[in-house]
Amino acid sequence: MRLEPVANPTLLRQLGLPALALGATVLVAMALALLAGADPLAVLGQIVTGAVGSRFALLETLNRATPLIFTGLAVAVAFRARLWNIGAEAQLYAGAIIAVLLGTGALGAPFVLPVSAAVALLAGAMLLLVPVLLKVRLGVDEVVTTLLLNFIMALFVSYLLEGPLKDPMGMGWPKSAALIPEARLPRIIDGLRLHWGFGLALISAGIVWVIQSRTTLGFEMRAVGANIRAARFAGMPVNAVLVKTALLSGGLAALAGWSEVAGAKGHLSLDLSPGFGYTGIIVAMLALLHPLGVVVTALFVAGVFVGADAMSRAAGVPTYIADMLLAVALLFMVLAIALTKVRVVRG
Amino acid sequence: MIEILISASFWAAVLRIASPLIFATMGELICERAGVLNLGIEGIMVIGAFAGWMAVYLGLPLWGGVAVAFGAGALFGLLHGVLVVPFGLSQHVVGLGVTLLATATAYFAYRLALPQVTSPPKIVPFQVWEVPVLSKIPLLGPALFAQTPLTYAAFACAGLVAFVLYRTPLGLALRAAGENPAALEAQGVSVTGVRIGAVMVGSGLMAVGGSFLTLSAFSSFFFEMVNGRGWICIALVVFGAWRPGKAVLGALLFAGFDALQIRLQQTPMGAVVPYQLFLMLPYVFSILALVVMSRRAQVPAALMVPYTKGER
Repeated sequence: MRLEPVANPTLLRQLGLPALALGATVLVAMALALLAGADPLAVLGQIVTGAVGSRFALLETLNRATPLIFTGLAVAVAFRARLWNIGAEAQLYAGAIIAVLLGTGALGAPFVLPVSAAVALLAGAMLLLVPVLLKVRLGVDEVVTTLLLNFIMALFVSYLLEGPLKDPMGMGWPKSAALIPEARLPRIIDGLRLHWGFGLALISAGIVWVIQSRTTLGFEMRAVGANIRAARFAGMPVNAVLVKTALLSGGLAALAGWSEVAGAKGHLSLDLSPGFGYTGIIVAMLALLHPLGVVVTALFVAGVFVGADAMSRAAGVPTYIADMLLAVALLFMVLAIALTKVRVVRG
Repeated sequence: MIEILISASFWAAVLRIASPLIFATMGELICERAGVLNLGIEGIMVIGAFAGWMAVYLGLPLWGGVAVAFGAGALFGLLHGVLVVPFGLSQHVVGLGVTLLATATAYFAYRLALPQVTSPPKIVPFQVWEVPVLSKIPLLGPALFAQTPLTYAAFACAGLVAFVLYRTPLGLALRAAGENPAALEAQGVSVTGVRIGAVMVGSGLMAVGGSFLTLSAFSSFFFEMVNGRGWICIALVVFGAWRPGKAVLGALLFAGFDALQIRLQQTPMGAVVPYQLFLMLPYVFSILALVVMSRRAQVPAALMVPYTKGER
């Protein structure tokens, strides 16, 4: 057996294979449900209703999608330039810390929201700048450094919440004081539990799309990602492009944490993110790194998580089924995309 | 500080902490010397920790648990290998996907098997086996020769990997797959076969490293017990310049830091400095090690380069 390139893939091939990947993921879901002793079709139904079946469920999904859009964009921007930022989790917490530092009384209305958003963006950008400078100056692989920074940041947040940022009224729980009302993101529509973080996430996706498709920087990012040697040979400032990519990516990831604190939670605790930074990788890959696609896949991934939570309470299938399915979907999808360009032949 | 460094219990702890890292670092090293980056390592360690523990919990002997862990790791290695070697998919993306899948599989299976437990059930782990005569040497004996069998196995494994890599035709083929795959194919050896085989064996070793945590160190399976050890092993491979001996030294150095920070927490200094700072030290050390070593690292020439037969 060997692989043969497909010169002009048909539309059927380009759309059919990703569809097949999703179908295969559904089959895996049913197999896992059977394994857990539940009725596969009922489990699928409960996941769907749990995600979008009621107004409450839908709002829950939209809220869960908000940080995933930010981290998905952060990963998509970086991966497009082949900058392997696996540290979105740490950058997210950098943004969350800023939201608490500036939002608990240090600044008042009307400055607190825009200033803390800007500083959060900057903090995330700076956090990613360190590994990227190590990469371009000293050749240190950014995969490991960004990954390890996640663990360092988690410990740092734990220190802050047990020390300087600890809520004196928190009954001993490691959480921060609550943000002042002026520092909270308002709801988009009165009475609906959906904050402006979601709106900002959509706007960010639009901005990233414009940067990537309509600006020189976007072109340079793609060129560096496609072939770094060719880009260097063509005289592109490769290192500068990577640094700019890092600033954008780290800043976007930080907004995820900032909007979770300022919008959803109102305070910082250690369980702020159930791995939003890592899930952002799945979101970005399923979207084929397209910024507008990220919005769609973030909603899908959030729906799977929210739906699986609801299903788990009803059917008793462990909620980790969601993580398994998303990992399976990711692997099937990268394979499907590869197979649109090559086919397996005998001989 | 000095008191800590001259105590036998400190050095015994260093070897103990280094053991899972040595297994997993050897696993990653085998993969990378064959030309494949395996970011599945973190998840594969989780599945190894779970599968080995579960097998023993269900009645297998301890060494049976180690074998089950190896098999589970090799299975995920096969998945990684098939996707990145013949299909040439991004080793970064697939590796992270394998980590997510393996971790989720372990957690899902754990919850499926034990839905309602609040405290995880314990097994009887490997016990300390004192090497006759040698363990009676003052200081050195209790430090080096009063360990659990898996620790001895970790060092034996590193020796075996070094021997196979540099002294056997198999090792030559493996290194060729990572340095000059076209030349290996010209010899009539399948690069695809060597690489997939290397990733499977390497992943098996990573999983054994994970199983050390449940079968030798803690006797139960906890969520998030691997806690970044896999990523640290990737740093250790770079630190060791892709050589088994240096990588073992790196693992020992890292374990030394880890053992030291635990003990420093109990000194008067630990009362002043927040404990999180101590816990950060090993990760900071890993990053510094990467920074120091990256400049002169001898990266395998074909690392992360997919090989297609007949293509130049």
